[in-house]
Amino acid sequence: MDRVLGIVNLINEKQYLKELTLNRCLASVPFGGRNRLIDFTLSNFIHANISKVGIFAKENYRSMMDHLGTGKEWDLDRRNGGLFFFPPMHPNKMIRGDLDQFKDQIDFFHRSAADLVVISPGHHVCKIDFTDVIKEHKKSKADITLVYKAYEGEPVSKPLYHTCKIDEAGEVQDIGLYTRIDEGDLVCLETYVINKEVLIDIIESCVNNKEYDLLKDGIKANLTKRRVNGYAFEGVLPFIHSLRTYHTSNMTMLDPHVLQSFFFRDWDIFTKVKHEPPAKYSAFSKVNKSLIANGCDIEGIVENSIIFRGVKIRKGAVVKNCIIMQKGEIEEGALLENVITDKQVKVRKNQVVMGDLDPMVIKKGEII
Amino acid sequence: MTNKKWVAMLLAGGQGTRLGELTNTLAKPAVPFGGKYRIIDFTLSNCMHSGVDTVGVLTQYQPHLLNTYVGNGRPWDLDRKCGGAHVLPPYRGQNGGQWYKGTANAVYQNIKFIDQNDPEYVLVISGDHIYQMDYNKLLEFHIEKQAEATIAVIQVPWHDANRFGIMNTNEQDRIIEFHEKPSLPKSNLASMGVYLFNWKSLRRHLIQDDQDPNSSNDFGKDIIPKMLADKSRIYAYRFSDYWKDVGTIESLWEANMDLLKENPPLNLNDPHWKIFTGNANHPPQYISPEAEVRQSLINEGSMVFGKVIRSVISYNVQIGKGCTIKDSVIMPNVTIGDNVTIERSIVTSHTIVEAGSTFGTSNPSQNITLISNKEKMTSHIREVL
Repeated sequence: MDRVLGIVNLINEKQYLKELTLNRCLASVPFGGRNRLIDFTLSNFIHANISKVGIFAKENYRSMMDHLGTGKEWDLDRRNGGLFFFPPMHPNKMIRGDLDQFKDQIDFFHRSAADLVVISPGHHVCKIDFTDVIKEHKKSKADITLVYKAYEGEPVSKPLYHTCKIDEAGEVQDIGLYTRIDEGDLVCLETYVINKEVLIDIIESCVNNKEYDLLKDGIKANLTKRRVNGYAFEGVLPFIHSLRTYHTSNMTMLDPHVLQSFFFRDWDIFTKVKHEPPAKYSAFSKVNKSLIANGCDIEGIVENSIIFRGVKIRKGAVVKNCIIMQKGEIEEGALLENVITDKQVKVRKNQVVMGDLDPMVIKKGEII
Repeated sequence: MTNKKWVAMLLAGGQGTRLGELTNTLAKPAVPFGGKYRIIDFTLSNCMHSGVDTVGVLTQYQPHLLNTYVGNGRPWDLDRKCGGAHVLPPYRGQNGGQWYKGTANAVYQNIKFIDQNDPEYVLVISGDHIYQMDYNKLLEFHIEKQAEATIAVIQVPWHDANRFGIMNTNEQDRIIEFHEKPSLPKSNLASMGVYLFNWKSLRRHLIQDDQDPNSSNDFGKDIIPKMLADKSRIYAYRFSDYWKDVGTIESLWEANMDLLKENPPLNLNDPHWKIFTGNANHPPQYISPEAEVRQSLINEGSMVFGKVIRSVISYNVQIGKGCTIKDSVIMPNVTIGDNVTIERSIVTSHTIVEAGSTFGTSNPSQNITLISNKEKMTSHIREVL
């Protein structure tokens, strides 16, 4: 069996989810009624028998630490290996890039018995079989394997994504940093399999040259020197880069086939367990096409929505195309459409809140 | 090991023959309840909330699932360095070994375990009742009365009294008589199967009881009557909240239906008395556009495409299009095909109900229907993992 080290790289996270990332990092944003985004990456690691995982965090990581705990839910509470959490070395230190922080923890890489390192951001909603990526990586004898996916969705005019050009042999020819993208463009998922010695070499030599970005300085600048292979991910991966796409990605889970492919096939997506009782539906409730988590009390009308754990929807309240996060309370007669309420939001009696294609967000703990 | 205030001995070896096929392959305490729990969760959660941190779980009948499920007691915070949950099946020693003959014999055979913890008090509880109870209050009462033993009691309807162990008490609540399942009950104070003993006294009685060849080695039938005959101070602690013995199909169904009331007598949502359970990992439940759900409890991992009225649906249940599920309990991992009608029934775990079939009747004078496929319970263990 391969000895593989897992790295969740939160250093390059962007702020496109605005209010939802005021107090939490992107990887810790709730998703799909019960999960946080990072659950997908960690569960994919577990599936590939990666039992030593380092999480490199930049800021706003309190909720992330609370969520992960000892790593027990992902079987990462190990004597041998397990979960390692790396916040910045010093609060005053300016983080110049992911390589900078890797360098601060270079002993972690040296000490590991792994031959290969899998690096992934913490926010992709997907089920990627890393055992297959690793298999392809070894078969191609590449130094680095870069995972990409053909973009699906509306064109993105903001320069948020990196694209890549792949030649016929499957090698990465070029990488376009921060480009606007269109349907079909090959998006670099910032997910890599790297031989550990190559990674250590990249970290050391780049930081020595005052270069701090893994993709730009470590991979793109070395395309001629290193063998960088591409791996096309063909599975479902909703691209999230705005509140609108966050909303629509959540809604894809309302398709029973997608739901089943994520949660009932191949391997489990684990999350922090809350001991909530089953959801309770009253004699007046009317629910359709929705995902409801445990601990909910549903007395009102819920349509095309995602309801997280412990939410109360009172009599006569109407919730349509909404995402209601944990412990929300929607009182009698309130009407919500195209709204995302963060955790512990209370919507008072008979209030009407409407968003449009760009959903309205109500911040954590607000009472409106 | 340090001295403990109290240790709980949880009787979980019962077969529960009156539950029929439900307990073919698993012990009664492991029977699913309330869409998410197993019956034993209630006693274990009571221990946890009452600060009882050492619990011996006595298993015997079909113990595999139960042993795996209780494990190191982690869901109930019972994975402790000192104390914690211990599964105690019958064992062999130098003089051979034997099965647990009765409830008292099961505790007798584990005197060593209790002595190791050197407690002042021993709480004997059973894993087949549904209730939320603070055992501290029982202990306070026990100490206040300077009792040797205290039995928790609850008032039951007079016509039911002959199904229980019935106490006669004096004005100070001291027990003067105890009759196991009397044909002509003199009172309606029934034993809840929750006993608190001074360990020294119980230890003595257990040893005496073991030497009596005529004893059936049972707490209700032998130990308590013997202690009463010895003029021991035994008190009745009155409990007035919800308590239900779920030993029959009917009572199991009723206890599930109790959860659906507008203000249920048992509050699963009490933030201070949560019921903890060996949690499986499932996505949220999916309610489809054609589904209709009313007055029901539904657990995660289920997908509902039909109509669910006044029912309890456990995890990983699929309910097909055009189905009507009414006044029923669906246990975990059940698949129900399209256009099925089920009324006043319990569907046991892992059952596959064929499309178009009809089970049960709305007639309240008819017995509850138990629906199960034979030879299907092979993957029970997987559920708990």
